[in-house]
Amino acid sequence: MIRSVLTQPSRSKIENEHPASAPLSIHDMTVAYHRKPVIWDIDYTAPIGKLVAIVGPNGAGKSTLINAVLDLVPKASGEVRVFGEEYHKQRNRVGYVPQRESVDWDFPVNALNVVAMGLYRKIGWCLPVLRRHRQTAMEALDRVGMADYAKRQISQLSGGQQQRVFLARALVQDADLYLMDEPFAGVDASTERAIVDILRELRERGKTTLVVHHDLQTVTEYFDHVLLLNMRLVATGPTSEVFTRENLRKTYGGKLALLDQVGHKMTMGESGR
Amino acid sequence: MNSVPIRIGVAMVVVSILFGQLEQSIAGPTHDTRSLSRDRLEWPSADDIKRTLLLRDYNTRIVVLGTTMLGVAAGIVGVFMLLRRRSLLGDVVSHSTLPGIAIAFIMMEMIRPGGGKWLPGLLIGALLAGLAGILCTKLILRYTRIKEDAALAIVLSVFFGAGMALFKAVQYIPSGSQSGLNHFILGKTASMVAADVWVIAEVSVAIVVVIGLLFKEFSLLSFDDKFAAAQGWPVFRLDLLLMLLVAGVTVIGLQSVGLLLVVAMLITPAAAARFWTDRLGRTTLVAGMLGGGGAFCGVLISAMYPRLAAGPVIVLTGVLFFLVSMLFGVRRGIVVRVITHRQLKAAVGRQHILRALFEFLEPKCDPSAPMSLQLVDHIVSTDDLQPMRSWTPKRLRHLLRTAEASDFITAVRDGGYRLTTQGAELAHRVVRNHRLWELYLIEYADIAPSHVDRDADDIEHLLGSDIVESLERLLSQRYPHMSVPPSPHSIDVASDTTTQQAVP
Repeated sequence: MIRSVLTQPSRSKIENEHPASAPLSIHDMTVAYHRKPVIWDIDYTAPIGKLVAIVGPNGAGKSTLINAVLDLVPKASGEVRVFGEEYHKQRNRVGYVPQRESVDWDFPVNALNVVAMGLYRKIGWCLPVLRRHRQTAMEALDRVGMADYAKRQISQLSGGQQQRVFLARALVQDADLYLMDEPFAGVDASTERAIVDILRELRERGKTTLVVHHDLQTVTEYFDHVLLLNMRLVATGPTSEVFTRENLRKTYGGKLALLDQVGHKMTMGESGR
Repeated sequence: MNSVPIRIGVAMVVVSILFGQLEQSIAGPTHDTRSLSRDRLEWPSADDIKRTLLLRDYNTRIVVLGTTMLGVAAGIVGVFMLLRRRSLLGDVVSHSTLPGIAIAFIMMEMIRPGGGKWLPGLLIGALLAGLAGILCTKLILRYTRIKEDAALAIVLSVFFGAGMALFKAVQYIPSGSQSGLNHFILGKTASMVAADVWVIAEVSVAIVVVIGLLFKEFSLLSFDDKFAAAQGWPVFRLDLLLMLLVAGVTVIGLQSVGLLLVVAMLITPAAAARFWTDRLGRTTLVAGMLGGGGAFCGVLISAMYPRLAAGPVIVLTGVLFFLVSMLFGVRRGIVVRVITHRQLKAAVGRQHILRALFEFLEPKCDPSAPMSLQLVDHIVSTDDLQPMRSWTPKRLRHLLRTAEASDFITAVRDGGYRLTTQGAELAHRVVRNHRLWELYLIEYADIAPSHVDRDADDIEHLLGSDIVESLERLLSQRYPHMSVPPSPHSIDVASDTTTQQAVP
């Protein structure tokens, strides 16, 4: 450790900028697909025990940000630290909820099987899923209100139910940092409530959760912090300070009609409180 | 890219080889005394059939054993190919083996003239070339912007073309012309000997053991590779291992089905298995059984017709298994789907007619007395029911006839019907479910009452007793005295926005 600091002066700089306590810190990260940068020079440190919304227009690189943190796409440059270390060393402290559309729901497994997949790493190579693992998976399904659907083939679940199964799969990992890619996309009202309840429960237990979120109207209600992204980091901080009309305008550029609408709602909400 | 001309080129090469091969195999070896006429297939005698089915011949036993094991291994590997959406990659592997076989033959001939037919050597050449094909596809996908289908087409056709060119070259090597390498293209089970079956058995068992050990890993890889990668599974290497297994199946399948058709042995049983079950373990089991069974039957049939190429017969048997599964599979088979669809449609129709009867009679009944007893007293005509829903007169008559056949209603006099006791009870229950659901939607789902009726229509047919129970609990405080809650919207004809018929 000491030697590495001595031989690599830049290392100490990086470690200063990546506090070991922070669940996630991103330094100068750029990600490109086919030489075209998708996100540029992201600098971000996630606060402990907060719900963070990642907000931005389509194509702003929200999913790419998560994928780059998880080493799913190569980074053109920059550093990511998870609890002060590289992602692959802290993998089991990170829970991931991919977009629901990213998998084939016709796959021949039931809801319980999918949730148990969250435990595969813990179970390890070649070993089978045992009764106690299924028990853990069942408890996670129960937490998202899906215990009755455990044995149902996943194509027979509604979109919201599928999303809850994905959430349960991340919950069984018992991680400290959760990254969720649009968990609220296309879900019914009761699922949305169930997910919000889970998010709040995670926050109470001191977990940090980053959520790619599309519905601007619920950002202030659901999230403590917000990260406004449009290829570059526009603004980040507590929702009450950062989620302003001005910042949204910067994030969304020309889409003023929508913004005015949301901004109107927000100012109405503020004056109402 | 330019995948269409390439495809056509490949198809033409394939077809020409296929015909050449068929011609060759139909012409058959001259020492076959049973083939008296050269231009028609001969039916096997009863004795032949008996000999084959009872596996009396040592040779038949060998071939059946080897091919069945191949079928099982192929079926099991195929499940993951199918689920990982890599079915065509299997085709690339098998086509890519061709130059490997030729090169291995040439190299072995160079080392020791006449030693080129050493099978393990040929199979290793095939395996390496198959993996090279996969590697080329992966490289093209990683370093260019060519789409996957084009990359597959390019690699497949280039390797196959190179293989064909090398096969021509082999013909000029002394002993090359009788080497029988051509049999690898469409398969020739007769060329199989006991030593070959040992190779097939070893590779098959190895494949099944690897799949068994890594079942969990392969299923996660096939279902959600992003999640698998985020969890730290070596996705690329697992993919490569799966490809290695596919290459293994291809290589041991060269002798029986040949490289052109081995992909059918991989994919057909897996696709057929999906019609029988919704669980991965069982899918794998069924695919293995169908693969093994198809190969077993196919090889027996081809044993009875020695002049037919074995590969196509085995594949056609597999396809027959597939068609049977598609029709009669208990989970997703067409017959089951049609039956459940018709049952649902009939149930929906029955509930509609009963609800219409109930709602027509409802205002005529005394609310203080139990409804179900009064319902049977009234006579309803077709004209009364016509405006209750937007149904055609023909559909209404059909529903009435069906209801009458099920003893829910009885015809009394011209055009009049009366509910039977059991019909009244059922109508009571149907309307109760419907209304409970409507109330649930209004109370808990914030849906405007004017939109409720149609939504409830869609869902009431799917309401299980558990949901009805919970609805009853939720709503019993609200309407404690009623067995059927009042309709939240008026039931006159005008409220039904879909009604098109004129009201008499």
